[in-house]
Amino acid sequence: MIHTSSTHSTSTFVSRTLCRYADTIFKYITLIAGLIILFILTAVTVFLLIQAAPAMVGDKNQTVWAIRSLSGGRTIHFWTYVGPLIFGTILTSFLALVCALFIALGVALFITQYAPRPLAFILSHVIDLLAAVPSVIFGLWGGLVLVPSTYPFWKWMNTYFGWIPLFSGQASNPPRTVATVSLVLTIMILPIICSMARDIFQQTPVLLKEAALGLGATQWEMIKLAVLPFGKKGVISAAMLGLGRALGETMAVLMILSPGDLYSWKLLVASQNQTIAANIAAQFPESDSAGVSVLIATGLVLFVITFLVNIAAHHLTGNAIHTKQKNNIRHPLCINKQFIRCSETD
Amino acid sequence: MNQHHSQHLLRMILSCLIIFFTLSSAGCGQNLGNNIPSISLPKKQKDAVALSGNYSGAGASSQQSAIQTWIVGFNELQPAVNLSYDPSGSGAGVATFLNGANVWAGSDIPLNNEQLRNSETICHGHTAFDLPDYAAPIAITYNLSSYGLNAKHLHLTAQVIAEIFNGTITNWDSPQIKALNPSIASQLPDLSITPVWRSDKSGTTKNFEEYLAAAAPHDWTKTSSENWSYQAGQGAKGTSGVIQTVLQAEGTIGYADAAQVTSGLGIVAVHVGTNYVLPTDIATSNALSQSTILPSTTGRVIVSLPHTTTVANTYPIDLVSYAIACPVYTNNSKAEFVKQWLTYIDSVEGQDAAHMTSGSVPLSHNIRTKVMETIQSIRVVAS
Repeated sequence: MIHTSSTHSTSTFVSRTLCRYADTIFKYITLIAGLIILFILTAVTVFLLIQAAPAMVGDKNQTVWAIRSLSGGRTIHFWTYVGPLIFGTILTSFLALVCALFIALGVALFITQYAPRPLAFILSHVIDLLAAVPSVIFGLWGGLVLVPSTYPFWKWMNTYFGWIPLFSGQASNPPRTVATVSLVLTIMILPIICSMARDIFQQTPVLLKEAALGLGATQWEMIKLAVLPFGKKGVISAAMLGLGRALGETMAVLMILSPGDLYSWKLLVASQNQTIAANIAAQFPESDSAGVSVLIATGLVLFVITFLVNIAAHHLTGNAIHTKQKNNIRHPLCINKQFIRCSETD
Repeated sequence: MNQHHSQHLLRMILSCLIIFFTLSSAGCGQNLGNNIPSISLPKKQKDAVALSGNYSGAGASSQQSAIQTWIVGFNELQPAVNLSYDPSGSGAGVATFLNGANVWAGSDIPLNNEQLRNSETICHGHTAFDLPDYAAPIAITYNLSSYGLNAKHLHLTAQVIAEIFNGTITNWDSPQIKALNPSIASQLPDLSITPVWRSDKSGTTKNFEEYLAAAAPHDWTKTSSENWSYQAGQGAKGTSGVIQTVLQAEGTIGYADAAQVTSGLGIVAVHVGTNYVLPTDIATSNALSQSTILPSTTGRVIVSLPHTTTVANTYPIDLVSYAIACPVYTNNSKAEFVKQWLTYIDSVEGQDAAHMTSGSVPLSHNIRTKVMETIQSIRVVAS
């Protein structure tokens, strides 16, 4: 008995001393974690700058030859080489984002607001599973299954909606086009956006929802007034995360898209656009040092684009945080006001 | 207290299990590694200097399956040598060779001037040489299966091939194609042609474009490079991507290493002299023996293929891939390894072994004689 009590007292002593330092230790651990992120980011930037330097400021002649070889003799200037790549990257990712955002919001709202519990449970898990599928699998599936099987659909779109510039031209067969790639990218980024949006919508305070319903709002009005404004910030950051994945997606694009270097909006025609990431993956293995340097310079451009997108997202969500805090402070009033406005317009 | 104990016990059991599985699976790996040599065929004795150690190469993926065969064959002669080849691509392979990470490199194109200059550091003041070690025909393959034309071997001239691939001829029932194929002219469909090309940098593209530029200079005016010069049709990554794209839709036509072309796809017979030639082993062999070797004072053996030949049964569209190494070493065993390795892969048995497994065509006698001369000149100098 004495023995146990003595160990007990030692252990409490140890734990008390630990407790005293635990805060400080933990603080430094988090500090180190934060610094590691900064260090990695700096290291990547420095690497990109050093490796891209020969293409930017080095021997002009070598760079010209490298770009001529990379572009199949179509251009010798860096910006005319990378320009269409930037266009292609942004075109495919934004198309994917627009499609994915609407579907993801729909699914998330269905799961959190409409679906019966067992169905919501199953759906949630299926979405989380989808998020875990590696991109090369989506690439394989897209290239082997989706490409041959979607041609009739694209052909139909082309025949009946060909007057819209996006669907003009002659639909390519096999459809290794921006349209098919965007479709696969949509499926790839859908789970991320969806599961984040679902988690956020689930957090909507019950008080808000019940207040809305209690004041006579329909389910849709309740969603419009309580759930969506509450989740706005989270949905934007979810969308940006999805956009980030789409911008940098390599394997799926590489395996599906037939590349081209045009500023073209024809989604159903092959060999129009190419993305930066897929271009690097396709050209890197056979490139010599000058070629690699040019490719890394295009990588630097992608890095900057992603950075800008993130800053924009931060800006948007930053604003959203402020409005949310204000909302939180004057919750009941705000809701009331909105309902007053709502009923007035009705 | 009791619960605490049982948790403790559970944790101990779990960690023991984890350790057990890790160890046993590591053991599995080792067993596997040890078993491989015992599978290999009985050793042949040769009067070569015994070698040992690890040697690695990297480069062209076209050579990969041939090199795997050669590694097995070489290990029969030198069982203590550990060989590896990374099919990372010609450019990446040459880069690792030039910075000294690999003993030799495989490349679909000979070294350029800048690479030669850079090789002086690794080759102790001399320039590296390229020796052909792998040759294979490039087939032009098409998909017109539902029109029953895949087994018919379409007849095409260099000029028509160039016009199809640069986007001038856009339909399968064009008069030019019909004129060359009178027996199946009525079967040629009113279907648009989709040329399929490599979207990644590739030696196959360069060799194919070199043929078109030489045999149809009026229609193929772009300088040949490893990246496809025109944009008609569709690009696909790698040989497998090209084959897959051709398979996925009718009306497609592409070029690929003949050994990789899936059975069932059509293969074009190319106009040579007065006849139409298929990419057979014999026709490729004939092309290799008609090829000339560019003069070199540094032991380089660069093959110039007879793209415009008119000799019967010669297939003019071929890929020749090279092994790149140094003429001078300071390390005795490295020099001896390179000598023996290159001698083996360019020997008759090495070339025949690759022919059996990878579908390559054995190099001709005239090329091999030149290669052996260079290999004999490899020497060791004091550092």
